[in-house]
Amino acid sequence: MNILIILVPCSLLLGLGALAGFIWTLRNNQYEDPDGDAARVLLEDD
Amino acid sequence: MTATVNRAPLTDAPTHHLVLPGIRCAGCIRTVENTLQARADVIAARVNLSRKRASITAQPGSDPGPWIADLRRAGIEAHETREPGATGGADYVMHLGVAGFAMMNVMLLSVAIWSGAADTTRDFMHWVSAAIALPATVFSARPFFSHAWSALRAGRLNMDVPISLAILLACGMSLYEVIQGGEHAWFDAALALTFFLLIGRVLDQRLRRRARSAADDLAALEPSRVLRIEGREPVRRPIADIRVGDSLWLTAGARVPVDARLESGRGMVDRSFITGESGPVARVVGDVLLAGEIMLTGPATVRVTAVGEDTTLRRVAQLVAMSEGARGRFRSLADRAAEIYTPAVHILAIAAFAGWFLATGELRTAINVAIATLVITCPCALGLAVPAVAVAATSRLYMSGLLLTSDTVLERLAQVDTVVFDKTGTLTKRVPGVPEGLSPDERSVLKALADASGHPICQELSGTLADINPADLADVRELAGDQVTGAWRGIPVRIGRRTATDPTTMFSIGDTVYSLNAKETPLPSAGSAVQRLKALGLATIMMTGDTDQHADAVAAELGIDTVWSGIDAQGKVARVQTLRTAGRCVLMVGDGLNDTAALATADVSIAPGTALDATRNAADVIILSGDLSQIAPALKISRAACRRMKQNFGIAAGYNAIAVPVALLGFATPLAAAVAMSGSSITVVANALRAFRA
Repeated sequence: MNILIILVPCSLLLGLGALAGFIWTLRNNQYEDPDGDAARVLLEDD
Repeated sequence: MTATVNRAPLTDAPTHHLVLPGIRCAGCIRTVENTLQARADVIAARVNLSRKRASITAQPGSDPGPWIADLRRAGIEAHETREPGATGGADYVMHLGVAGFAMMNVMLLSVAIWSGAADTTRDFMHWVSAAIALPATVFSARPFFSHAWSALRAGRLNMDVPISLAILLACGMSLYEVIQGGEHAWFDAALALTFFLLIGRVLDQRLRRRARSAADDLAALEPSRVLRIEGREPVRRPIADIRVGDSLWLTAGARVPVDARLESGRGMVDRSFITGESGPVARVVGDVLLAGEIMLTGPATVRVTAVGEDTTLRRVAQLVAMSEGARGRFRSLADRAAEIYTPAVHILAIAAFAGWFLATGELRTAINVAIATLVITCPCALGLAVPAVAVAATSRLYMSGLLLTSDTVLERLAQVDTVVFDKTGTLTKRVPGVPEGLSPDERSVLKALADASGHPICQELSGTLADINPADLADVRELAGDQVTGAWRGIPVRIGRRTATDPTTMFSIGDTVYSLNAKETPLPSAGSAVQRLKALGLATIMMTGDTDQHADAVAAELGIDTVWSGIDAQGKVARVQTLRTAGRCVLMVGDGLNDTAALATADVSIAPGTALDATRNAADVIILSGDLSQIAPALKISRAACRRMKQNFGIAAGYNAIAVPVALLGFATPLAAAVAMSGSSITVVANALRAFRA
């Protein structure tokens, strides 16, 4: 069961990474305009 | 013009905000941003499609009037607003994210324990769970703690008190058990409780924010700038800058923004929003114009006599706001459920503790059973029962053009048994009549003339004649607010007043003259609206200040049961009050300032989106589309929604009927709690998200 000492922190780190990503998207205002972001994909870059 | 699409968020704080009610697609985004950025005074512009707004950073002191004109030319409707739109409020989502992360990880560790991990492995898992759960709970459950604390300080109990107690006790007892090397820890239950309840809160918050932002959009439709005469020239200024004594320039069709006295020009004024009277009223120099009236003729100059909160409109609205009563007394389904639930759960937990302590004499067992009872009674399902249904039903209603402005509207709508309509402006509209006996040629001339003018009468006319091809006219000229003239095959044609003193609107071709007197006609959707309401078994009543025969004719045409005519604003309030005292649940539909007090008195009220803001603020539901036939489907949906809320409470109670005896007998494990909590929450949400059929 010693493998748990490595695996549990590993899974926690992965989870924390995902949480940090979520918080980053929140701080970065990525949920401000979901419809607009979906539409802007269709616009060409000039 | 360089076609650049601004991708980066605005770096400088936006200085102006526009509401863009019509934008739908990527093309609109590009048109708006390119049009705005083509202007020299605009530094940056960014469209938010979800909120249908644009934020603009511009040179200081810029006037958005020309931008709006540019956008209109590009086919985009735009209005200036002072509000930046609902922003922020992401904090509950952050709490939800942290709770969700912690719950998933603790649940994973718990699965190992439930599968039979023992001794040091179990203790290790428990300690890791504690290390995740304690800080996560402290952060995520803070909204519940602070609400519970403020309720307790005020000497009240609310839903947050048992929730906070369950979370705190579950964490505290689990920590004690872990230190003692015990078998059961409830960390996952505490986190699941927090997570599911936060979902309810986030849904609630989203609902309110959307209502507020849509109400802001409506407010933006009101003029935000007026022409003030400075020196000799009219200059566009924000209404907030207008002071008593200023001179304003009003064009034909403009809504009077403040109380003022007519200084030059004479005019016809539409007072229907204030008095509910349908006909236009003549005003001469020295007469008073009230905020909310519409200048039918123009231009005119006026001297401001009252602004802002001092205008008659605002003072009436304030009186109404102070007398609002029906709403405050309403007890929502969620409140009533909380009133039963909160004491019941506390009594059960205390009884469990006392029973087990007396029976076994073991403090630790007794506390464990009491906590299991607190946790397993799952307020999650109760907390989700109402908001999940409310979000689903409100979104459904919003799609059909109805905006709900308060959180208990659905429940009040469901109880309605009597619908009271105001007549003028609500059921009927004054439409300039196209004269009988016009030849096809004459109709197309009329259409061409009407198209050439921005005057409200002409715009109505061209709407009525929408399917007619306009004739070719030469030399079309509009004398703003007075007449529009032209030549058709060499014959002079004209729409305008008969003479300087006779306000009747005439249409003339050469020497032939037709009267364009406005007729009061029911709105296209009024008839079907009344029929559908009657099909639902509701009583329909029409109240009006107008005379008997006219009102009777309209009512007969629409199929309304009862007509009360010759009733003023106080009379309307009194009649609604009488109906309520007689035990009726009254829905009032009205649009005028004279209906505002009656709207506030009724159990529920509906106003069209075109009503004055003072009237809209008194209404619970706003019909954005102006389509009255949506009222009956809305009542059906709200009834279905209430049935579903009750079903949800039933589901929650059903789970508890099984879970509580199990917990009281001491058989509850963290696994059982997790199953009961998730199971009931998911069932409740799934039930709420079933489609609503109107």
